[in-house]
Amino acid sequence: MTAPVLEMRNVDKSFGPIDVLHEISLKVHAGEVLCLLGDNGAGKSTLIRTLSGVHKPTRGEMLMDGEPVTFTNPKQAQQMGIATVHQFGGTYPLMSVGRNFFVGAEPTKGWGPFKVFDRQKANAIAVDAVQKFGITRITDGDRLVGGLSGGERQSLAIARAVHFGARVLILDEPTAALGVKQAAHVLRIVNEAKRRGLAVIFITHQVMHAMAVGDHFAVLIRGAIAADFRKGDKSREEIADLMAGGESMADLEASIEGYMETHEGHPPPAH
Amino acid sequence: MTMETTSQTSKPARPAATPSFSIGALFRRPEVGAFMGMVLVFVFFAYFGFDRNFLSPFGTSSWVNMASTIGIIAIPIGFLMIAGELDISIGAMVPAAKMSMAVACGFYGLPFVVGLLITFGIAFVVGWINGMLVTRTKVPSLIVTLATLFSVSGLTLFLSLLLTDTTSQALTSPAWAKFLFGDYHFWGFQSSVFWWIAIAAALYYLLHLSPWGNWIFALGGDKESARNAGIPIDKLKISLFILTAMAAALSGVCETVLSNSATTTTNFALIFNCIIAVVVGGVLLTGGFGTVAGVFFGTATLAIVQQGIGYTPFDRNLSSLIIGVMLLIAVLMNDTFRNMATSMSTSKKGK
Repeated sequence: MTAPVLEMRNVDKSFGPIDVLHEISLKVHAGEVLCLLGDNGAGKSTLIRTLSGVHKPTRGEMLMDGEPVTFTNPKQAQQMGIATVHQFGGTYPLMSVGRNFFVGAEPTKGWGPFKVFDRQKANAIAVDAVQKFGITRITDGDRLVGGLSGGERQSLAIARAVHFGARVLILDEPTAALGVKQAAHVLRIVNEAKRRGLAVIFITHQVMHAMAVGDHFAVLIRGAIAADFRKGDKSREEIADLMAGGESMADLEASIEGYMETHEGHPPPAH
Repeated sequence: MTMETTSQTSKPARPAATPSFSIGALFRRPEVGAFMGMVLVFVFFAYFGFDRNFLSPFGTSSWVNMASTIGIIAIPIGFLMIAGELDISIGAMVPAAKMSMAVACGFYGLPFVVGLLITFGIAFVVGWINGMLVTRTKVPSLIVTLATLFSVSGLTLFLSLLLTDTTSQALTSPAWAKFLFGDYHFWGFQSSVFWWIAIAAALYYLLHLSPWGNWIFALGGDKESARNAGIPIDKLKISLFILTAMAAALSGVCETVLSNSATTTTNFALIFNCIIAVVVGGVLLTGGFGTVAGVFFGTATLAIVQQGIGYTPFDRNLSSLIIGVMLLIAVLMNDTFRNMATSMSTSKKGK
């Protein structure tokens, strides 16, 4: 088997005295989706920022194609082909699809100091790129992105990253704020990226979404990898229990119901 | 999972949602609203001011001249607002530029070109300081430029008294400078009118045609994403502040050369006029949206109301009332326009 596109070996990250990540080891191969599952505060954001070059690991090493790499800034990671797509990140609601697609890398025509943004070319490439990802509803590159649905905006951002040569796609909670249909849309895009041979790191806390696309799963609890398994090794319930920190969801439900019975049907107070 | 057959999800081919011309495309152009507003105001004053020569060359140049002194500054202010910032220090930058011209050339008798270099040098420094303070401290630009407004105005007054012992200074310019910056040309148009048109054309190119325009929109749309996309956002912001201060200096130079004199008085009305022109021109206060043509029409509208009222039987003081109402309508319309432009499909935003 070829070397993984991106690998982390025993990575620790601490901010002063606070340890956020301990001994993180994970790898993702081309054409594979690695799902990072974790509850809020499990260290997912720090892990993403470390992967995308915002933070430097305190200890441990990162490898790309088997070669050790260090990123001093996010730009460098981007140039190496690591693209991070945040929730709605990278899209500007009041700009057209074509302009959005090429922010920072505008195609131009003309000569010398009189270079002109090539609107037609930008629109054509952008529409073509998103259509190839299955967003057939976008036909007009002049359309404002604010009018697209959340799933479409997410897809636009992913299509953009792929167009500009991403090899590793880090998706930060792409389905969190979306409805069922829209989320399915994004999952389809993830599958398409995988089919094209990208290595995808899919961060989520929705087990259903992870199970729909993932080949490989890692559960993050309090900054450490609590479980690492392949598709089909664990059931949905088992994963949810893992994410909740070992406490079984069934137990949790039972304790809430018990509380409600003794308190005239009121749920336990939020703390 | 066989999800590659994505094409089957598309609904029975929607009728091409946006042909080359559509209502949606119209709503994306804030200058359309500004243009209609300008036509409306123009027709109103043309009707009521017809007997008093509002449409005569003299009547026309009176509002065009006024528009030009505001318009030269309003377009860069519009750029800043699109980028999500504001600069009110122009109210002090204009008199500072006037005094520096008059003191350098009128009081010390330096060549006109040297005066220009000093004046634009000062403007460059003021713009750079504004930009540095905003990008380094993250203090809202309204507050930063409020501080520089008072600082520059205080410094102008102090230095004028220190160097020349007066707060107003005469200036005689050579013929070529007079022609270029401050003379009345055909129909009574001032030189600044031509500067206004030239600057509007140059900045139209910058915002709508060149790749940099895309950066300005992106900066105002989502600063973090713009930074991630590799746009030098701090440098861009500082450049926009410098551009604004330089434009204010140019407006000041034109006024001084025209009137052959300069005073230190801070021009607070100019600050409001510029902001009104920009907002009436369809630029969103929240940034990320706007056009040069819109600001151009917005400036013209403002000037028509302020100058045109003198050609009508109405009381002059009513012009402020008209402008107030107009501003309110413009802001409401901008919001509606933006909603219509973006919600051409059912969108659910997560934040």
